[in-house]
Amino acid sequence: MNEKDIIVCRCSDISLYDLKKLMEQGYTSFVELKQIARIGMGPCQGRTCSLLVLKELAKFLDVPFETLTPPTVRPTMSALKLKMIAKGKNNEEQR
Amino acid sequence: MKNNAKVVIIGGGISGVAIAYNLAKMGETDVIVLEKDHLASGATGRCGAGIRQQWGTKMNCLMAKKSIEFFETAKEELDYDGDLQFKQKGYLLVSSTKEEDKEFEQNVILQNKIGIPARKITKKEALKIVPHLNPDAFYGAAFCPTDGHLNPFTTTDAFYKAAKRMGITFYTQTEVLDIKTKNKKITEVITTNGSIKTETVVNAAGGHSYNIGQMVGLDLPVYSENHEILVTEAVEQMQGPMVISFSQNFYCQQTPHGSFIMGRGEPDKKPGLNVESTHLFLDRMSKTITKILPKIGELRLVRQWGGLYNISPDHQPIYGPVKEVKGFYLAIGFSGHGFMFAPVTGMIIAEMILKKPFSIDISGLTIDRFEKGNITIEGNVV
Ligand SMILES: Cc1cc2nc3c(=O)[nH]c(=O)nc-3n(C[C@H](O)[C@H](O)[C@H](O)COP(=O)(O)OP(=O)(O)OC[C@H]3O[C@@H](n4cnc5c(N)ncnc54)[C@H](O)[C@@H]3O)c2cc1C
Repeated sequence: MNEKDIIVCRCSDISLYDLKKLMEQGYTSFVELKQIARIGMGPCQGRTCSLLVLKELAKFLDVPFETLTPPTVRPTMSALKLKMIAKGKNNEEQR
Repeated sequence: MKNNAKVVIIGGGISGVAIAYNLAKMGETDVIVLEKDHLASGATGRCGAGIRQQWGTKMNCLMAKKSIEFFETAKEELDYDGDLQFKQKGYLLVSSTKEEDKEFEQNVILQNKIGIPARKITKKEALKIVPHLNPDAFYGAAFCPTDGHLNPFTTTDAFYKAAKRMGITFYTQTEVLDIKTKNKKITEVITTNGSIKTETVVNAAGGHSYNIGQMVGLDLPVYSENHEILVTEAVEQMQGPMVISFSQNFYCQQTPHGSFIMGRGEPDKKPGLNVESTHLFLDRMSKTITKILPKIGELRLVRQWGGLYNISPDHQPIYGPVKEVKGFYLAIGFSGHGFMFAPVTGMIIAEMILKKPFSIDISGLTIDRFEKGNITIEGNVV
Protein backbone atom coordinates (compact mmCIF):
# COMPACT_ATOMS: atom_id res chain seq x y z
CA MET A 1 0.00 0.00 0.00
CA ASN A 2 1.13 3.54 -0.74
CA GLU A 3 2.57 5.12 2.41
CA LYS A 4 0.71 8.31 1.59
CA ASP A 5 -2.52 6.36 2.15
CA ILE A 6 -1.52 4.90 5.50
CA ILE A 7 -2.74 7.28 8.18
CA VAL A 8 -0.81 7.25 11.44
CA CYS A 9 -2.45 10.27 13.09
CA ARG A 10 -6.13 10.58 12.30
CA CYS A 11 -6.78 13.85 14.17
CA SER A 12 -4.14 15.75 12.27
CA ASP A 13 -4.24 13.70 9.07
CA ILE A 14 -0.60 12.61 9.06
CA SER A 15 0.36 9.69 6.83
CA LEU A 16 3.22 7.24 7.23
CA TYR A 17 4.91 9.05 4.35
CA ASP A 18 4.61 12.41 6.18
CA LEU A 19 5.92 10.86 9.37
CA LYS A 20 8.95 9.36 7.64
CA LYS A 21 9.75 12.70 6.02
CA LEU A 22 9.58 14.45 9.38
CA MET A 23 11.87 11.89 10.99
CA GLU A 24 14.35 12.30 8.15
CA GLN A 25 14.32 16.06 8.80
CA GLY A 26 15.45 15.39 12.37
CA TYR A 27 12.23 15.42 14.40
CA THR A 28 13.01 12.17 16.17
CA SER A 29 11.10 12.19 19.43
CA PHE A 30 7.37 12.03 19.96
CA VAL A 31 7.21 15.48 21.50
CA GLU A 32 9.16 17.09 18.66
CA LEU A 33 6.87 15.46 16.10
CA LYS A 34 3.92 16.65 18.11
CA GLN A 35 5.10 20.24 18.19
CA ILE A 36 5.94 20.47 14.52
CA ALA A 37 3.06 18.48 13.02
CA ARG A 38 0.35 18.36 15.72
CA ILE A 39 0.69 14.56 15.96
CA GLY A 40 -1.14 13.60 19.15
CA MET A 41 -2.53 17.08 19.70
CA GLY A 42 -6.04 16.42 18.42
CA PRO A 43 -9.15 15.14 20.17
CA CYS A 44 -7.64 11.67 20.70
CA GLN A 45 -4.69 13.20 22.58
CA GLY A 46 -2.37 10.45 21.36
CA ARG A 47 -4.57 7.59 22.50
CA THR A 48 -4.83 6.29 18.94
CA CYS A 49 -1.60 7.40 17.32
CA SER A 50 1.08 7.25 19.97
CA LEU A 51 1.80 3.52 19.73
CA LEU A 52 1.96 3.65 15.94
CA VAL A 53 4.24 6.67 15.96
CA LEU A 54 6.53 5.28 18.69
CA LYS A 55 6.87 2.01 16.76
CA GLU A 56 7.90 3.90 13.63
CA LEU A 57 10.33 5.99 15.67
CA ALA A 58 11.90 2.85 17.17
CA LYS A 59 12.35 1.41 13.67
CA PHE A 60 13.77 4.63 12.30
CA LEU A 61 16.22 5.16 15.17
CA ASP A 62 16.92 1.44 15.44
CA VAL A 63 16.45 1.45 19.21
CA PRO A 64 14.23 -0.70 21.44
CA PHE A 65 10.66 0.59 21.69
CA GLU A 66 10.87 0.74 25.51
CA THR A 67 13.64 3.34 25.41
CA LEU A 68 11.43 5.98 23.76
CA THR A 69 9.55 8.60 25.72
CA PRO A 70 5.79 8.54 25.12
CA PRO A 71 3.83 11.82 25.08
CA THR A 72 2.89 13.38 28.41
CA VAL A 73 -0.61 12.44 29.53
CA ARG A 74 -2.53 15.49 30.68
CA PRO A 75 -6.07 16.20 31.90
CA THR A 76 -8.86 15.85 31.07
CA MET A 77 -9.82 12.23 30.50
CA SER A 78 -12.80 13.09 28.34
CA ALA A 79 -13.65 16.11 26.25
CA LEU A 80 -16.22 17.91 28.42
CA LYS A 81 -17.84 21.16 27.36
CA LEU A 82 -16.43 24.10 29.30
CA LYS A 83 -19.87 25.17 30.47
CA MET A 84 -20.45 21.73 32.01
CA ILE A 85 -17.25 22.12 33.98
CA ALA A 86 -18.32 25.63 34.98
CA LYS A 87 -21.63 24.33 36.31
CA GLY A 88 -20.12 21.36 38.08
CA LYS A 89 -19.24 21.55 41.73
CA ASN A 90 -15.63 22.34 42.41
CA ASN A 91 -13.34 20.90 45.03
CA GLU A 92 -13.80 23.84 47.33
CA GLU A 93 -17.61 23.68 47.35
CA GLN A 94 -17.65 19.98 48.09
CA ARG A 95 -15.85 20.41 51.37
CA MET B 1 30.72 17.91 21.36
CA LYS B 2 32.72 21.06 20.61
CA ASN B 3 34.81 22.12 23.58
CA ASN B 4 35.06 25.86 23.00
CA ALA B 5 33.00 28.73 21.64
CA LYS B 6 32.93 32.52 21.60
CA VAL B 7 29.41 32.54 23.02
CA VAL B 8 27.39 29.91 24.88
CA ILE B 9 23.64 30.46 25.13
CA ILE B 10 21.83 28.57 27.89
CA GLY B 11 18.24 27.81 26.90
CA GLY B 12 16.62 26.69 23.65
CA GLY B 13 13.42 28.65 24.02
CA ILE B 14 12.35 31.52 21.80
CA SER B 15 14.86 33.88 23.49
CA GLY B 16 17.82 31.56 23.01
CA VAL B 17 17.10 30.81 19.35
CA ALA B 18 16.41 34.49 18.56
CA ILE B 19 19.71 35.55 20.16
CA ALA B 20 21.56 32.84 18.23
CA TYR B 21 19.97 33.93 14.96
CA ASN B 22 20.89 37.57 15.51
CA LEU B 23 24.48 36.76 16.45
CA ALA B 24 24.82 34.78 13.23
CA LYS B 25 23.18 37.50 11.19
CA MET B 26 25.65 40.01 12.63
CA GLY B 27 28.52 37.71 11.66
CA GLU B 28 29.27 35.76 14.83
CA THR B 29 28.69 32.05 14.27
CA ASP B 30 31.07 30.61 16.88
CA VAL B 31 28.06 30.11 19.13
CA ILE B 32 26.65 27.08 20.96
CA VAL B 33 23.06 26.87 22.20
CA LEU B 34 22.53 24.42 25.05
CA GLU B 35 19.08 23.04 25.85
CA LYS B 36 18.49 20.51 28.61
CA ASP B 37 15.42 19.04 26.95
CA HIS B 38 14.18 19.75 23.41
CA LEU B 39 13.74 23.17 21.79
CA ALA B 40 10.66 25.04 23.06
CA SER B 41 10.27 22.60 25.95
CA GLY B 42 10.03 25.46 28.46
CA ALA B 43 7.59 28.36 28.56
CA THR B 44 7.86 28.90 24.80
CA GLY B 45 6.16 25.62 23.89
CA ARG B 46 3.54 26.14 26.57
CA CYS B 47 2.58 29.75 25.97
CA GLY B 48 -0.39 31.56 24.48
CA ALA B 49 1.93 33.08 21.86
CA GLY B 50 -0.12 36.24 21.61
CA ILE B 51 1.66 39.38 20.44
CA ARG B 52 0.35 42.78 21.52
CA GLN B 53 1.45 46.40 21.53
CA GLN B 54 -1.13 47.65 24.01
CA TRP B 55 1.10 48.11 27.03
CA GLY B 56 1.19 50.55 29.92
CA THR B 57 4.91 51.34 29.97
CA LYS B 58 6.66 53.11 27.12
CA MET B 59 9.47 50.56 27.11
CA ASN B 60 7.11 47.62 26.64
CA CYS B 61 5.22 49.50 23.89
CA LEU B 62 8.44 50.22 22.01
CA MET B 63 9.69 46.64 22.24
CA ALA B 64 6.35 45.18 21.19
CA LYS B 65 6.05 47.50 18.21
CA LYS B 66 9.53 46.67 16.96
CA SER B 67 8.89 42.96 17.47
CA ILE B 68 5.62 43.01 15.56
CA GLU B 69 7.34 44.74 12.67
CA PHE B 70 9.74 41.80 12.64
CA PHE B 71 6.98 39.18 12.84
CA GLU B 72 5.23 40.77 9.86
CA THR B 73 8.10 39.73 7.61
CA ALA B 74 9.52 36.88 9.71
CA LYS B 75 8.69 34.12 7.23
CA GLU B 76 10.72 35.82 4.51
CA GLU B 77 13.49 37.11 6.77
CA LEU B 78 14.00 33.67 8.30
CA ASP B 79 13.40 32.00 4.93
CA TYR B 80 11.18 29.40 6.59
CA ASP B 81 9.60 26.56 4.64
CA GLY B 82 6.98 25.83 7.33
CA ASP B 83 3.95 27.81 8.45
CA LEU B 84 4.33 30.39 11.25
CA GLN B 85 0.53 30.67 11.44
CA PHE B 86 0.85 34.39 11.86
CA LYS B 87 -2.56 35.90 12.58
CA GLN B 88 -2.96 39.66 12.81
CA LYS B 89 -6.56 40.18 13.85
CA GLY B 90 -5.89 42.34 16.88
CA TYR B 91 -6.22 42.28 20.65
CA LEU B 92 -9.46 43.44 22.24
CA LEU B 93 -8.83 44.63 25.78
CA VAL B 94 -12.02 44.73 27.83
CA SER B 95 -12.40 46.84 30.97
CA SER B 96 -14.61 46.06 33.96
CA THR B 97 -15.03 49.50 35.48
CA LYS B 98 -15.06 53.16 34.58
CA GLU B 99 -11.68 53.56 36.28
CA GLU B 100 -10.09 50.78 34.26
CA ASP B 101 -11.60 52.24 31.11
CA LYS B 102 -9.94 55.58 31.95
CA GLU B 103 -6.59 53.80 32.24
CA PHE B 104 -7.11 52.36 28.76
CA GLU B 105 -7.63 55.89 27.50
CA GLN B 106 -4.32 57.00 29.03
CA ASN B 107 -2.50 54.00 27.61
CA VAL B 108 -3.91 54.56 24.12
CA ILE B 109 -2.53 58.13 24.19
CA LEU B 110 0.92 56.74 25.05
CA GLN B 111 0.64 54.02 22.41
CA ASN B 112 -0.50 56.40 19.66
CA LYS B 113 2.40 58.73 20.43
CA ILE B 114 4.87 56.07 19.37
CA GLY B 115 2.83 55.05 16.35
CA ILE B 116 0.89 52.05 17.65
CA PRO B 117 -2.54 52.07 15.94
CA ALA B 118 -4.58 51.27 19.08
CA ARG B 119 -7.85 52.99 19.79
CA LYS B 120 -10.21 53.39 22.71
CA ILE B 121 -13.60 52.04 21.73
CA THR B 122 -17.08 51.77 23.25
CA LYS B 123 -18.88 48.64 24.33
CA LYS B 124 -21.00 48.87 21.20
CA GLU B 125 -17.97 48.95 18.95
CA ALA B 126 -16.40 46.09 20.87
CA LEU B 127 -19.52 44.00 20.28
CA LYS B 128 -19.19 44.61 16.55
CA ILE B 129 -15.67 43.20 16.62
CA VAL B 130 -16.51 40.22 18.87
CA PRO B 131 -20.29 39.73 18.71
CA HIS B 132 -20.35 36.80 21.14
CA LEU B 133 -19.10 38.93 24.07
CA ASN B 134 -21.62 39.10 26.90
CA PRO B 135 -22.53 42.83 27.05
CA ASP B 136 -23.25 42.60 30.78
CA ALA B 137 -19.79 41.25 31.58
CA PHE B 138 -17.63 44.26 30.64
CA TYR B 139 -17.61 48.05 30.66
CA GLY B 140 -15.61 49.31 27.64
CA ALA B 141 -12.67 48.32 25.49
CA ALA B 142 -9.51 49.19 23.60
CA PHE B 143 -8.49 47.63 20.31
CA CYS B 144 -5.32 47.38 18.28
CA PRO B 145 -5.80 45.74 14.88
CA THR B 146 -2.13 44.87 14.30
CA ASP B 147 -1.74 42.74 17.42
CA GLY B 148 -2.05 38.99 16.95
CA HIS B 149 -0.59 35.56 17.37
CA LEU B 150 1.92 33.05 15.95
CA ASN B 151 2.53 29.36 16.38
CA PRO B 152 5.26 29.20 19.05
CA PHE B 153 6.65 25.84 17.86
CA THR B 154 7.11 26.81 14.24
CA THR B 155 8.36 30.27 15.20
CA THR B 156 11.07 28.65 17.35
CA ASP B 157 11.78 26.17 14.56
CA ALA B 158 12.15 29.01 12.05
CA PHE B 159 14.74 30.89 14.15
CA TYR B 160 16.51 27.61 14.89
CA LYS B 161 16.74 26.52 11.26
CA ALA B 162 17.91 29.95 10.08
CA ALA B 163 20.57 30.09 12.81
CA LYS B 164 21.68 26.56 12.09
CA ARG B 165 21.98 27.23 8.35
CA MET B 166 24.32 30.12 9.16
CA GLY B 167 26.53 27.88 11.25
CA ILE B 168 25.31 28.04 14.87
CA THR B 169 25.68 24.82 16.88
CA PHE B 170 22.76 23.46 18.89
CA TYR B 171 22.99 20.73 21.53
CA THR B 172 19.68 19.53 22.90
CA GLN B 173 19.33 17.02 25.76
CA THR B 174 22.33 18.80 27.22
CA GLU B 175 21.94 20.37 30.64
CA VAL B 176 24.22 23.04 32.05
CA LEU B 177 25.37 21.90 35.48
CA ASP B 178 27.81 24.65 36.40
CA ILE B 179 29.65 27.71 35.14
CA LYS B 180 33.29 28.26 36.07
CA THR B 181 34.73 31.72 36.64
CA LYS B 182 38.19 33.06 37.36
CA ASN B 183 38.90 36.60 38.57
CA LYS B 184 35.23 37.49 38.06
CA LYS B 185 35.38 36.35 34.43
CA ILE B 186 33.57 33.43 32.78
CA THR B 187 35.93 30.64 31.75
CA GLU B 188 33.95 27.46 31.20
CA VAL B 189 30.49 25.90 31.05
CA ILE B 190 30.04 22.39 32.45
CA THR B 191 27.30 20.27 30.93
CA THR B 192 25.97 16.73 31.19
CA ASN B 193 27.81 15.97 27.92
CA GLY B 194 31.16 17.62 28.59
CA SER B 195 32.56 21.09 29.12
CA ILE B 196 32.95 24.11 26.85
CA LYS B 197 35.59 26.81 27.23
CA THR B 198 34.11 30.26 26.69
CA GLU B 199 34.28 33.84 27.92
CA THR B 200 30.68 34.74 27.17
CA VAL B 201 27.51 33.11 28.49
CA VAL B 202 23.92 34.18 27.92
CA ASN B 203 21.40 33.19 30.57
CA ALA B 204 18.23 32.57 28.54
CA ALA B 205 17.00 29.77 30.77
CA GLY B 206 13.49 31.13 31.30
CA GLY B 207 11.93 29.68 34.44
CA HIS B 208 15.32 28.34 35.51
CA SER B 209 17.23 31.59 35.08
CA TYR B 210 17.60 32.11 38.84
CA ASN B 211 19.41 28.75 39.15
CA ILE B 212 21.77 29.67 36.30
CA GLY B 213 22.55 32.93 38.10
CA GLN B 214 23.43 31.00 41.23
CA MET B 215 26.07 29.09 39.26
CA VAL B 216 28.07 32.32 39.03
CA GLY B 217 27.17 33.42 42.55
CA LEU B 218 24.41 35.86 41.66
CA ASP B 219 21.10 36.28 43.44
CA LEU B 220 19.04 37.46 40.45
CA PRO B 221 15.84 39.39 41.26
CA VAL B 222 13.48 36.95 39.51
CA TYR B 223 11.23 34.08 40.56
CA SER B 224 9.04 31.61 38.67
CA GLU B 225 5.36 30.82 38.89
CA ASN B 226 3.16 28.20 37.24
CA HIS B 227 0.53 29.66 34.92
CA GLU B 228 -2.09 27.35 33.54
CA ILE B 229 -3.73 27.30 30.14
CA LEU B 230 -6.10 25.11 28.14
CA VAL B 231 -7.10 24.34 24.58
CA THR B 232 -10.49 23.37 23.13
CA GLU B 233 -11.53 21.37 20.10
CA ALA B 234 -11.07 23.13 16.75
CA VAL B 235 -14.09 24.88 15.25
CA GLU B 236 -14.67 27.19 12.30
CA GLN B 237 -13.16 30.67 12.58
CA MET B 238 -15.49 32.78 14.74
CA GLN B 239 -13.24 35.12 16.78
CA GLY B 240 -10.74 37.45 15.12
CA PRO B 241 -8.94 39.09 18.04
CA MET B 242 -7.56 37.88 21.32
CA VAL B 243 -9.97 38.95 24.08
CA ILE B 244 -8.15 39.89 27.27
CA SER B 245 -9.00 41.48 30.62
CA PHE B 246 -6.53 42.49 33.33
CA SER B 247 -9.17 43.02 36.02
CA GLN B 248 -10.89 39.72 35.23
CA ASN B 249 -7.50 38.16 34.77
CA PHE B 250 -7.95 36.09 31.63
CA TYR B 251 -7.16 35.90 27.90
CA CYS B 252 -8.85 33.89 25.15
CA GLN B 253 -8.03 33.56 21.47
CA GLN B 254 -8.83 31.38 18.50
CA THR B 255 -5.81 29.96 16.68
CA PRO B 256 -5.68 29.70 12.87
CA HIS B 257 -6.04 25.96 13.41
CA GLY B 258 -9.48 26.63 14.91
CA SER B 259 -8.94 25.68 18.55
CA PHE B 260 -9.44 28.21 21.34
CA ILE B 261 -6.58 28.79 23.76
CA MET B 262 -7.26 30.49 27.09
CA GLY B 263 -5.49 31.15 30.35
CA ARG B 264 -5.92 32.88 33.68
CA GLY B 265 -3.66 34.46 36.23
CA GLU B 266 -4.37 33.42 39.80
CA PRO B 267 -3.91 35.83 42.68
CA ASP B 268 -2.87 33.14 45.17
CA LYS B 269 0.16 31.63 43.39
CA LYS B 270 3.22 30.22 45.12
CA PRO B 271 6.65 30.66 43.54
CA GLY B 272 8.26 27.43 42.34
CA LEU B 273 9.18 25.32 39.36
CA ASN B 274 6.24 22.92 39.18
CA VAL B 275 4.07 23.06 36.05
CA GLU B 276 1.16 20.93 37.21
CA SER B 277 -2.42 21.09 35.92
CA THR B 278 -5.05 21.71 38.57
CA HIS B 279 -8.79 21.32 38.77
CA LEU B 280 -9.01 24.70 40.45
CA PHE B 281 -7.74 26.38 37.27
CA LEU B 282 -10.19 24.45 35.11
CA ASP B 283 -13.02 25.38 37.39
CA ARG B 284 -12.20 29.10 37.50
CA MET B 285 -11.30 29.30 33.80
CA SER B 286 -14.51 27.64 32.64
CA LYS B 287 -16.60 29.91 34.92
CA THR B 288 -14.82 33.05 33.69
CA ILE B 289 -15.22 32.13 30.04
CA THR B 290 -18.87 31.05 30.19
CA LYS B 291 -19.63 34.38 31.83
CA ILE B 292 -17.82 36.68 29.43
CA LEU B 293 -17.88 34.65 26.20
CA PRO B 294 -20.86 32.32 26.74
CA LYS B 295 -20.63 30.75 23.28
CA ILE B 296 -17.12 29.48 23.99
CA GLY B 297 -18.58 27.53 26.90
CA GLU B 298 -20.18 25.25 24.30
CA LEU B 299 -16.76 24.04 23.16
CA ARG B 300 -15.15 20.88 24.40
CA LEU B 301 -11.93 20.95 26.35
CA VAL B 302 -9.13 18.93 24.75
CA ARG B 303 -6.20 19.49 27.08
CA GLN B 304 -4.84 21.65 29.89
CA TRP B 305 -1.24 22.26 30.96
CA GLY B 306 0.99 24.67 32.84
CA GLY B 307 4.16 26.65 32.18
CA LEU B 308 6.49 29.00 34.02
CA TYR B 309 6.33 32.77 34.07
CA ASN B 310 9.75 34.13 35.08
CA ILE B 311 8.83 37.27 36.98
CA SER B 312 10.89 40.43 37.53
CA PRO B 313 10.08 43.16 40.10
CA ASP B 314 8.60 45.54 37.47
CA HIS B 315 7.19 42.91 35.06
CA GLN B 316 9.61 43.98 32.34
CA PRO B 317 12.50 41.89 31.03
CA ILE B 318 16.03 42.16 32.39
CA TYR B 319 18.61 42.50 29.60
CA GLY B 320 22.36 42.66 29.48
CA PRO B 321 25.57 42.33 31.44
CA VAL B 322 26.04 42.26 35.22
CA LYS B 323 28.82 44.12 37.02
CA GLU B 324 29.80 41.15 39.23
CA VAL B 325 30.83 38.72 36.46
CA LYS B 326 32.38 39.73 33.16
CA GLY B 327 30.91 38.00 30.11
CA PHE B 328 27.63 37.01 31.76
CA TYR B 329 24.53 38.33 29.95
CA LEU B 330 20.88 38.14 30.98
CA ALA B 331 17.74 37.70 28.88
CA ILE B 332 15.34 36.88 31.70
CA GLY B 333 12.32 38.02 33.73
CA PHE B 334 9.87 38.24 30.84
CA SER B 335 6.98 38.04 33.33
CA GLY B 336 4.64 36.21 30.97
CA HIS B 337 5.28 38.12 27.77
CA GLY B 338 8.64 37.03 26.45
CA PHE B 339 7.37 35.32 23.33
CA MET B 340 6.25 38.55 21.71
CA PHE B 341 9.49 40.37 22.63
CA ALA B 342 11.79 37.68 21.22
CA PRO B 343 12.75 39.57 18.04
CA VAL B 344 13.97 42.53 20.14
CA THR B 345 15.56 40.23 22.73
CA GLY B 346 17.55 38.63 19.94
CA MET B 347 18.70 41.91 18.42
CA ILE B 348 19.56 43.64 21.70
CA ILE B 349 21.51 40.81 23.31
CA ALA B 350 23.47 40.19 20.10
CA GLU B 351 24.24 43.92 19.81
CA MET B 352 25.38 44.03 23.44
CA ILE B 353 27.70 41.05 23.01
CA LEU B 354 29.15 42.31 19.74
CA LYS B 355 29.34 45.92 21.02
CA LYS B 356 27.19 47.29 18.20
CA PRO B 357 24.85 50.27 18.37
CA PHE B 358 21.41 49.33 19.72
CA SER B 359 18.39 48.98 17.41
CA ILE B 360 16.29 50.40 20.21
CA ASP B 361 17.20 52.19 23.42
CA ILE B 362 16.74 49.70 26.21
CA SER B 363 18.88 51.48 28.78
CA GLY B 364 15.93 51.23 31.16
CA LEU B 365 16.02 47.44 31.10
CA THR B 366 19.44 46.57 32.47
CA ILE B 367 19.68 45.06 35.94
CA ASP B 368 21.07 48.21 37.58
CA ARG B 369 17.61 49.81 37.36
CA PHE B 370 16.66 48.00 40.57
CA GLU B 371 19.63 49.42 42.47
CA LYS B 372 18.88 52.89 41.22
CA GLY B 373 15.26 52.38 42.29
CA ASN B 374 14.43 53.71 38.86
CA ILE B 375 11.47 51.51 37.91
CA THR B 376 8.02 51.79 36.39
CA ILE B 377 5.82 48.79 37.03
CA GLU B 378 3.90 47.33 34.10
CA GLY B 379 0.38 46.67 35.35
CA ASN B 380 -1.19 45.38 32.14
CA VAL B 381 -0.47 41.71 32.70
CA VAL B 382 -2.48 38.53 33.16
C1 LIG C 1 0.65 29.80 30.14
C2 LIG C 1 1.56 30.82 29.52
C3 LIG C 1 1.05 31.72 28.58
C4 LIG C 1 1.88 32.68 28.00
N1 LIG C 1 1.37 33.51 27.04
C5 LIG C 1 2.19 34.38 26.40
C6 LIG C 1 1.70 35.20 25.35
O1 LIG C 1 0.52 35.13 24.98
N2 LIG C 1 2.56 36.06 24.75
C7 LIG C 1 3.88 36.16 25.13
O2 LIG C 1 4.60 36.96 24.57
N3 LIG C 1 4.36 35.39 26.13
C8 LIG C 1 3.55 34.51 26.77
N4 LIG C 1 4.04 33.74 27.78
C9 LIG C 1 5.44 33.93 28.22
C10 LIG C 1 6.40 33.27 27.29
O3 LIG C 1 6.08 31.91 27.16
C11 LIG C 1 7.82 33.39 27.83
O4 LIG C 1 8.09 34.69 28.28
C12 LIG C 1 8.83 33.03 26.75
O5 LIG C 1 8.49 31.82 26.13
C13 LIG C 1 10.20 32.94 27.37
O6 LIG C 1 11.10 32.35 26.45
P1 LIG C 1 12.53 31.97 26.92
O7 LIG C 1 13.22 31.41 25.75
O8 LIG C 1 13.13 33.14 27.62
O9 LIG C 1 12.29 30.87 28.06
P2 LIG C 1 11.85 29.30 27.87
O10 LIG C 1 10.98 29.10 26.72
O11 LIG C 1 11.37 28.85 29.21
O12 LIG C 1 13.22 28.63 27.53
C14 LIG C 1 14.22 28.40 28.48
C15 LIG C 1 14.86 27.07 28.14
O13 LIG C 1 16.00 26.89 28.96
C16 LIG C 1 16.14 25.53 29.22
N5 LIG C 1 16.98 25.37 30.38
C17 LIG C 1 16.70 25.72 31.66
N6 LIG C 1 17.71 25.38 32.47
C18 LIG C 1 18.67 24.83 31.70
C19 LIG C 1 19.96 24.28 31.96
N7 LIG C 1 20.47 24.24 33.19
N8 LIG C 1 20.67 23.80 30.92
C20 LIG C 1 20.18 23.83 29.65
N9 LIG C 1 18.97 24.32 29.36
C21 LIG C 1 18.22 24.82 30.35
C22 LIG C 1 14.71 25.07 29.42
O14 LIG C 1 14.57 23.68 29.22
C23 LIG C 1 13.95 25.89 28.41
O15 LIG C 1 13.71 25.20 27.21
C24 LIG C 1 3.24 32.76 28.38
C25 LIG C 1 3.76 31.85 29.31
C26 LIG C 1 2.94 30.88 29.87
C27 LIG C 1 3.52 29.92 30.87
